[in-house]
Amino acid sequence: MTGFLTLFHKEILRFRKVMLQTVGAPILTALLYLLIFSHVLEAHVQVYPGVSYTAFLMPGLIMMSVLQNAFANGSSSLIQSKISGNIVFFLLAPLSYLEFFLAYLFAAMVRGLVVGLGVAVVGAFFTELRIEHPLWILAFALASSAVFGCVGIIAGIWAEKFDQLAGVQNFAIVPLTFLSGVFYSIHSLPAFWQAVSHYNPVFYMIDGFRYGFFGVSDVDPWHALAVVLPCLAVLAGATLHLLGAGYKLRH
Amino acid sequence: MAAAIRVRDLAKRFGLLEALRGVDLEIGQGEFFALLGPNGAGKTTLISILAGLVRASAGEASVMGYDVVRQYREARRALGVVPQELVFDPFFTVRETLRFQSGYFGIRDNEAWIDALLHHLGLADKADTNMRRLSGGMKRRVLVAQALVHRPPVIILDEPTAGVDVELRQTLWGFIQDLNREGHTILLTTHYLEEAEQLCERVAMLKDGRIVALDRTENLLRGEAEHRLELRLSPPALPESLRPRLLQEEDGVFHLRLADYGELEPVLAELRRCGARVEGLCVSQPDLEEVFVRIMRGAA
Repeated sequence: MTGFLTLFHKEILRFRKVMLQTVGAPILTALLYLLIFSHVLEAHVQVYPGVSYTAFLMPGLIMMSVLQNAFANGSSSLIQSKISGNIVFFLLAPLSYLEFFLAYLFAAMVRGLVVGLGVAVVGAFFTELRIEHPLWILAFALASSAVFGCVGIIAGIWAEKFDQLAGVQNFAIVPLTFLSGVFYSIHSLPAFWQAVSHYNPVFYMIDGFRYGFFGVSDVDPWHALAVVLPCLAVLAGATLHLLGAGYKLRH
Repeated sequence: MAAAIRVRDLAKRFGLLEALRGVDLEIGQGEFFALLGPNGAGKTTLISILAGLVRASAGEASVMGYDVVRQYREARRALGVVPQELVFDPFFTVRETLRFQSGYFGIRDNEAWIDALLHHLGLADKADTNMRRLSGGMKRRVLVAQALVHRPPVIILDEPTAGVDVELRQTLWGFIQDLNREGHTILLTTHYLEEAEQLCERVAMLKDGRIVALDRTENLLRGEAEHRLELRLSPPALPESLRPRLLQEEDGVFHLRLADYGELEPVLAELRRCGARVEGLCVSQPDLEEVFVRIMRGAA
């Protein structure tokens, strides 16, 4: 237990020591999206009746920040440790791979949730955010940050250089999060893209999360959770399997 | 009593490269043991398997009787490794680094021992300095301290003195010798053969993934029974009768083979008889470096 707690604490401390970059920057980015999109679209788009576009945008931006930062934490920590070689410090230690996994996962979730909370707090200055079902908000925030925490750990284990990690980030994570209803309801899409969106698990994360705020969504939140939780189970299993097998870590 | 380190028929293949080809080795508790060999001989691979960083293709390895794969937690608790590369975490100070390392080994409150380590390794005034700001030698000391936070009975040092100044080398060896006297088993790899000769009771030499020599240091040196007589003569010519003893001639210095000191007098008498005057003379005993060079050549 001490081993797990130490590694978890170390991971938290790592991003806390560079908070401007790991927490401040993503909050500012989300704020910029909020200002620009709400300025351009506020008068033209109303997705749900009685919900302003700026308010509609907020949960999407919060969730996008949660996901991107949960991914970034584990992946960048692991690749830095691998490239600088200091990963050897905990590979030499008697940590079980479950402890290793949970420490990185929880730290990634904390980073994602802290950034998400930051975006929510800053966003509250610009729009009034209703909270209809706080438990749904919590459930989707936890489950979704865990999913992307796993993806980040897998990417961090797999990548051998920063370039590869940037590739995953820019060609998979960003498009996946952007094209999932952060900025729009998929009902506004042509039928084909609407159908495609239903195969994007991130769509369900954002949709379910948004339901928690407004009590309306594109799909039923139970349905959304029934997509997200199996994703989490599969990815967590895959991550544990890779760690147990020592993939790219123990040769 | 379990061996500190036991390795049976250990093999490791990286793709086409056979880094280890069936190594057997047993190191007893309390030994000071040297693992020598040229670059690429498999030393670091062997150490990495013991540490659990690399998985063997075949064979078994154990530390203090614990299998490094099946009982990895016990095996790793019994082992402290000072890695060859100068690695550090730039986010943290020296003390934070040592606290984290203690925590990884499940030790909660380790301040007294951390302070003792900092003191012994001359790091006390660097405790709150960020790792980035330390010199190479200081970083090396922190690596040694990190390997010792959990007081492991077996300590492996992989080329700990590469690129390290004389003062640190002496501090380090003094400290490691103290640990050895307290009962810790030490396994050392180094390119400085005089260090191995001075410090280690037993030596294994590795070449191309195989052990080509394994014996007590004194036996290896005794195997190299011959002494060497270096002569500078005037006129600079070696009498024909002494030719069979000639090992090499270098810058006018003749290196002659001597079985022992008893042969010195007859050689000098022969020189006198031939009218050669001795301008310089030196008798040297064999050292581990010569043994090493001979074995590495022979084991081709």
